[in-house]
Amino acid sequence: MRTVNSFVGQPIERLEDLRFVRGRGQYVDDLARQDMLHAAILRSSVGHGRIRSIDVSRARDLPGVHLVITAADLGNPTPRVPMRLQPMPEFEAFGQPVMARDKVRYVGEALALVLADSAAVAEDALGVIEVDIEPLPAVWNWQIAAKNQTLLFEDKGSNTTMKFRAVLGDAAAAFKDAPYTRRERFSTQRHTALPMEPRGVLAEWDAAQGRLTVWGAAKVLFANRRILAKEMGLAEDAIEMVENDVGGGFGARGEFYPEDFLIPFAARHCCRPVKWTEDRREHLMTINHAREAACDVEIACERDGTILGLRGHAFVDMGAYMRTNGAVGARNVAQFMSGPYRVPNIDIDVALLLTNKTPVGTYRGPGRFETDFFRERLFDMVARDLGIDQVEFRRRNLVGEAEMPYTVATITPFESKDELDSGDYQVTLDRCLSEIGWAEKTAKFKGKLVDGRYHGLAVCCFIEGGAAGPKESARLKLESDGTLTVYIGSSGVGQGLETAFAQITADAMEMPMDRINNVFHGSTAYVSDGYGAYHSRSIVMGGSAILDAATKLRAAMCAEAARRLNCGAAEVVLGDGRANGPDGKSVSWAELALEPISVEGAFLNKKHTWAYGAHAAHVAVDPKTGHVALIDYVAVENCGRMINPLTLKGQLVGAVVQGLGGAFLEHLVYDENGQLLTGSLADYLVPTASDFPKIRGYVMESHPSPINPLGAKGAGEGGIISVGGVIANAVADALRSFGVEPRDLPLSPSRVWQLVQDARKARSVH
Amino acid sequence: MPIKFEVNGKPVEVEVEPRLTLADCLRHHLRLTGTHVGCEHGVCGSCTVLVDGVAVRSCLMLAVQAEGAKVVTVEGLSLEDGLTPLQASFRKHHALQCGFCTPGMITTAHALLSEEPDCDADRVREVLSGNICRCTGYISIVEAVLDARAAYQRDGKGA
Repeated sequence: MRTVNSFVGQPIERLEDLRFVRGRGQYVDDLARQDMLHAAILRSSVGHGRIRSIDVSRARDLPGVHLVITAADLGNPTPRVPMRLQPMPEFEAFGQPVMARDKVRYVGEALALVLADSAAVAEDALGVIEVDIEPLPAVWNWQIAAKNQTLLFEDKGSNTTMKFRAVLGDAAAAFKDAPYTRRERFSTQRHTALPMEPRGVLAEWDAAQGRLTVWGAAKVLFANRRILAKEMGLAEDAIEMVENDVGGGFGARGEFYPEDFLIPFAARHCCRPVKWTEDRREHLMTINHAREAACDVEIACERDGTILGLRGHAFVDMGAYMRTNGAVGARNVAQFMSGPYRVPNIDIDVALLLTNKTPVGTYRGPGRFETDFFRERLFDMVARDLGIDQVEFRRRNLVGEAEMPYTVATITPFESKDELDSGDYQVTLDRCLSEIGWAEKTAKFKGKLVDGRYHGLAVCCFIEGGAAGPKESARLKLESDGTLTVYIGSSGVGQGLETAFAQITADAMEMPMDRINNVFHGSTAYVSDGYGAYHSRSIVMGGSAILDAATKLRAAMCAEAARRLNCGAAEVVLGDGRANGPDGKSVSWAELALEPISVEGAFLNKKHTWAYGAHAAHVAVDPKTGHVALIDYVAVENCGRMINPLTLKGQLVGAVVQGLGGAFLEHLVYDENGQLLTGSLADYLVPTASDFPKIRGYVMESHPSPINPLGAKGAGEGGIISVGGVIANAVADALRSFGVEPRDLPLSPSRVWQLVQDARKARSVH
Repeated sequence: MPIKFEVNGKPVEVEVEPRLTLADCLRHHLRLTGTHVGCEHGVCGSCTVLVDGVAVRSCLMLAVQAEGAKVVTVEGLSLEDGLTPLQASFRKHHALQCGFCTPGMITTAHALLSEEPDCDADRVREVLSGNICRCTGYISIVEAVLDARAAYQRDGKGA
């Protein structure tokens, strides 16, 4: 990178805040079109059943209702949501139809869609649709699914859609002669990303031009356009997807959902703009769920704590269908159970099991939150068995700087090899320990009864993958007033991309940030191809594409200046808003762009970046109530080259608190009929301002990634990955005098209280 | 039915169904889309507006109940150009990411600081605990509100 400017690395206040704090953001539900109709969707209240009939006649007759659509109107076979990632043929039959035709497989599955003059009338109409569903036994957890007595897809003969296997070295040999082994079972609970903005889609069909415009798209606009074009029989370039301001994504929002077909289909069907906005109850039963996983895992070690191997079986509850990115979490549970540690021999399989619950997809740190909980819990048990300090145990096994690039387990059958790119994992661990005051807190609090509560400490290390390929595109345009416009294939979901990309562009072009007039992200109209925002890729991939575009733009500007100044392009020096020739003559950027100069750049990449760090927690547990108070929390992450420390730290701290929701509060609970019991924010609890007042985030910068010209590594997920593990380990540490070992999340007061009761009973029996 | 009330200092007259919420009236009838709707059951706080100076969830109030009231939304707490001290403090402390909960945070914090410009961190947390933010983890929001107290202490109002 050029270093004339130095916006990159500075805590620049965000450009997008100027509209957000004044209520001038524009989210999809803020939009309105002339003659717009409003859609509402009837959803199954039955978890598993056969549809006998759906009678929509009364709804059709309601004043203000224009159209009612059921699966019968969508053609045969009903269009399905395809897999975007790991699109293996084995998954195809398990794809979700955009509307249920013969069977319903989860509460919330779409049965009918109503278009009306207002959202209220459309919802009135849902109330008079008569549905007759013959209930079938519900497969309401993965253990029942594994028995295959009740099948979601009868013709498939099994509820297991796939088994992935992660292998490295020779696990069987490593366990055969191992001096120490331990086997444990752990589980994490179903929860979800819960972005604050409900999902919405607005679609408009231009019959004369044969063109479709879809607002409310997010995250992966080009991929979603491909899917939509195929299902609607349109050319891709007949569809424009528009990303408005997006009220949070966290992996869940922006994937292709059934509504992303149904609303455009309805708009074309009735030749009117159609808008749909979900309510929160709908959101909780339809947006991708995540995190419901379990494992039966065994570790082998030397007596000095050197890890020899990990092996075992993992189980991931997929819900009722395989959605676009549903396999990612399961893959990660197996492939990254070793995390930042040197585990030479690995053999872990993971079964992807269908149940009568909302289908799953990625949620920030997919599979990693789960597998880090399993691993770090296991490590503290092992360290105690072997009489090794829990910090020392980690130090001995962290992958060393000299071992980079370090190869991790390979996944089959969708073969996926990976290697850790760079870093010194001991340094972030040291910083984390020093920030929380580990030595002092150990002496004063660790495992001790203070102020009527038992105090505990824990520390965990993590890696965060980023920079998914294959490509990102950026367009830079020098406008005729000498300002610059940035267009990018990356997507903005609230993470502050506009500011970060303006910083990168200003440095690359050696210009002030205030002469970048806008950063446009996430529209299929802006660049030829784009890949969006997932796997912590936006800054690394989009930023590197900007560097390529900047090189091209500078060359184009030099060529134009050379023509005007009558010199060679190599003799032109760009700077300070002017292009300077060899003999003191110069021309302004505005003059160069009498015809705007527009270039497109790209960055192609097959490797991943690996940010890394450590989390430490200090908790106090009241054994009488099971309440866990978080006294202090420190997260440290190194993401290679930092673009904006203000927003980077914001990502880190925000992700920690989301993770604390997963560790303590958030749980999508189903009953034995497959009924979702947590359908409101009064039942599904997320952290609030008074829950966790002391969270500290520290960002470090060293070891720029060797695989991209920015030197940046993906960020945004590292704050959540360790939280379940470090909290459970801190609770175990606090309650070690009772012998309590949490093996399941969330650590609600009732669960912690029960663990204390069980431990007391076990003691009195022995 | 017709209703009359005042929004951001201007009188408005709207024809509404009795079942229309104040949030939907502001957003879709008056096109004041700064007020956001996040849950429609009074938990998330995104739709918070000021009704006669009190922070209220506009998704739990019917538009007809606003008859004769003075309603202030985030737009009414904003300047045409530039930021108020409270907004500038949110920006400085990176107290927002996606911006969806922010109007509710701003209106709630404004109501708090207008009444209690000397409130402490615990009080800020207690009052803001009725507004859900999924991005920031709240630490920076609490810092931003505490930092904005000075503006309310000096002249009695921040906007």
